Amino acid sequence: MTDALRAEWTKLRTVTGTWWLVVGVLALSVAASAGIAASTHVSPGGASQDPTKLSLIGVDLGQAVVAVLAVLAITEEYGTGVIRVTLTATPRRAVMLSAKAVNIAGLALITAVPAVVGCLIAGRLLLPQAGLDPAHGYALISIAHGPTLRAAVGSVLYLGLIALLGLGIGAVLRDAAVSTGIVLGLLYLPPLFAQLVSGPWRRHIQQLAPMTAGLAIQATRNIRTLPISPWAGLAVLAAWAAGMLLIGLAVLKARDA
Amino acid sequence: MSSLTEPSRSSRSFRAALRAEWTKFRTVRGWMIGLVFAALMVVLFTFLQANGKHTGYCTTPNPSSCVNGHQYVPSGPDGEAVADTYELVAKQLTGDGTITARITSLVGRIWAGPANEAPSLADTESGLTSWAKAGLLITPSTRQGSSYAAVMTTGGHGVRFQYDYTNDQAGLPGSISGTAPRWLRLTRTGNVITGYDSSDGTHWHTVGSAQLAHLPTTVYIGLFATSPTTSQGSATTATASFDDIAIGPQADRAAQATSGPWHSMSIGTGPRDFYTTLRNSGYRQTSDSILVTGSGDIAPAVAEVGGDTASDSLLFGLVIALIVLIVIGTMFITSEYRRGLIRTTFAATPDRGRVLAAKAVVIGGVAFAVGAVASAVAIPLGEHVMSGNGNYIFPADSLTVARVIVGSGALVALTAVAVLGLGTILRRSAGAILAGVVVFVLPTFTGPGIIGPTSAGSAATWLYRVTPAAGFSMLGLLPRSGLVSYQYTMGNGYYPLPPWAGLLVLATYTTVALSAARVVLRRRDA
Repeated sequence: MTDALRAEWTKLRTVTGTWWLVVGVLALSVAASAGIAASTHVSPGGASQDPTKLSLIGVDLGQAVVAVLAVLAITEEYGTGVIRVTLTATPRRAVMLSAKAVNIAGLALITAVPAVVGCLIAGRLLLPQAGLDPAHGYALISIAHGPTLRAAVGSVLYLGLIALLGLGIGAVLRDAAVSTGIVLGLLYLPPLFAQLVSGPWRRHIQQLAPMTAGLAIQATRNIRTLPISPWAGLAVLAAWAAGMLLIGLAVLKARDA
Repeated sequence: MSSLTEPSRSSRSFRAALRAEWTKFRTVRGWMIGLVFAALMVVLFTFLQANGKHTGYCTTPNPSSCVNGHQYVPSGPDGEAVADTYELVAKQLTGDGTITARITSLVGRIWAGPANEAPSLADTESGLTSWAKAGLLITPSTRQGSSYAAVMTTGGHGVRFQYDYTNDQAGLPGSISGTAPRWLRLTRTGNVITGYDSSDGTHWHTVGSAQLAHLPTTVYIGLFATSPTTSQGSATTATASFDDIAIGPQADRAAQATSGPWHSMSIGTGPRDFYTTLRNSGYRQTSDSILVTGSGDIAPAVAEVGGDTASDSLLFGLVIALIVLIVIGTMFITSEYRRGLIRTTFAATPDRGRVLAAKAVVIGGVAFAVGAVASAVAIPLGEHVMSGNGNYIFPADSLTVARVIVGSGALVALTAVAVLGLGTILRRSAGAILAGVVVFVLPTFTGPGIIGPTSAGSAATWLYRVTPAAGFSMLGLLPRSGLVSYQYTMGNGYYPLPPWAGLLVLATYTTVALSAARVVLRRRDA
């Protein structure tokens, strides 16, 4: 297992695309958070806002890059034929896929920490100018605040789980283009559709879709009105990731490379 | 002679490249399945979304008064949706004739109660909306939506001559007061109605005139008042004081005695009528003047109706089609790099710009066909389902519907071609698809989607102006009117850019991506 882990890590870190994508996660997340925070204007009598969730909105965008990074970790090997070398060196499919999962999730988690911190800093600096300041009843964003800490840690875990979901889908589909399209569609389409339907359907979609359920972890206000509670939502995403990895493993065992 | 009619060598070689690319495209079974899937998704999700929309309304707070269906929205002379709710105090006029009157005051009240209560006069404050109207009107019928011509004073737009809901001409500016009254006159000569105004009763100016089609011999002629909802949606009322009224075949007081009593009519204020009023219209006659109070509007109807448009259910399906075409558009070039086929392609057609152009034409044409065909099927289906569920759908003429169908195709085509450019630059599927989805799809979501137009108001509006999401303006079908004060915002369903301007923004992105791809393709080794 150690050898497999080291092999996967060597492959991951020596592909130039990896580091571009890591930079992309950081840049897109922080830029999106800063952009949204800077363009937010809260009217005094308006609906109550959640500054923590608002400043973590960059994760909505950064997750796309994380997912693509994970998809590429396996589909590139199919694209170039390296997968046959990999499986010759590590014939046990479960070991190979676990080694990939550990590496890609680890990389995602390590990348997510500065990305999430950057988002929170952007929110702390920019949101008071939008009217979300102590004078209007909004405390400054601080991880000393329990729910904010949970949202921050949860967002890091969220990005780790998104990486596992991407890896699972890549293992099932094997093609970089199709996997990327499917994983981005799976993440972004259900929340859009939920907005367009009414009644119980909206709630059910939000409870079951990987992105809406998983991002419940970012809420720090009005938690009772959420379609799903924060940790249960993260569990739904974990179930998606685990399910996709298991199907990926089954496909890996059943088919020739 | 034959050298003139024969196509030049370069156009022949382009046609060969085009044929080569089309053959490559159509023989990949997965892509053809993807196209069919994309079109089916547009139709399926249009159906699902339309099917989920049900309209009902209640005429009183009592739930037993609630029924399925939509409130009545009149259609104007050209079939457009109109508001036609006002107070009319009129006589019947046979043949040609004139009405003259002086208006000495125009005042109003505005509903100030909570938004979830039915407006009534009890909780109002004094105020006059800018399009509050009172003046003289000729109409062949008191049926809502019928043809009319009127000269009027307004709350904030001076004297106007308006006819058939959409036509408007300005007269004397300024507002009405006891020291600055306005004299108005409306004459009928055959089918031609002319409006005049005067600030002293002796010097008259023509404000405008209109030729009304199919005007019968006997028409209603009289005084009217109406007052539209504010741009925030509060119901209002306006009261005008008329005196010096002269009506008849000639513009003199003697005729008044012979033309019978006044008939007062509240038009369009029933429980089924859509326009929100304060329900206190009426008139009061004193010895020398008539006070007319009205609530409502005579103008085009805009999104205040709360109706749907033929394209309302189309958006989500088109987003799915966009993602599918982004994947296929990327693979159309990146798969050639991955398999080394690109070297064969360039050996066959050494002019790389021509290869790129041929690919762009093929993927663009295919994507256009998918978007256009899918929306041509989905629009009538969605309309049918929505009407069946009782929803009101804004009438749209066939030219406008054709614009939406062409727009859906163009939207998908321009995106697919732009992503072909990205794929050429990046050569890698995942990166190009990621960039395609982030740049061409995600900005769309700020509209009706994740962030939502209300919470990120100005940000969403800007994204629909400057990002490729602007292309979705081609789906806009809600009417706008300068004659109606309304918040024409994204929250109310209006795109910030006009349709073709929005498409131009998207086309600019495509042009930039394709030009950059062309430069890169010529410089690099394959």
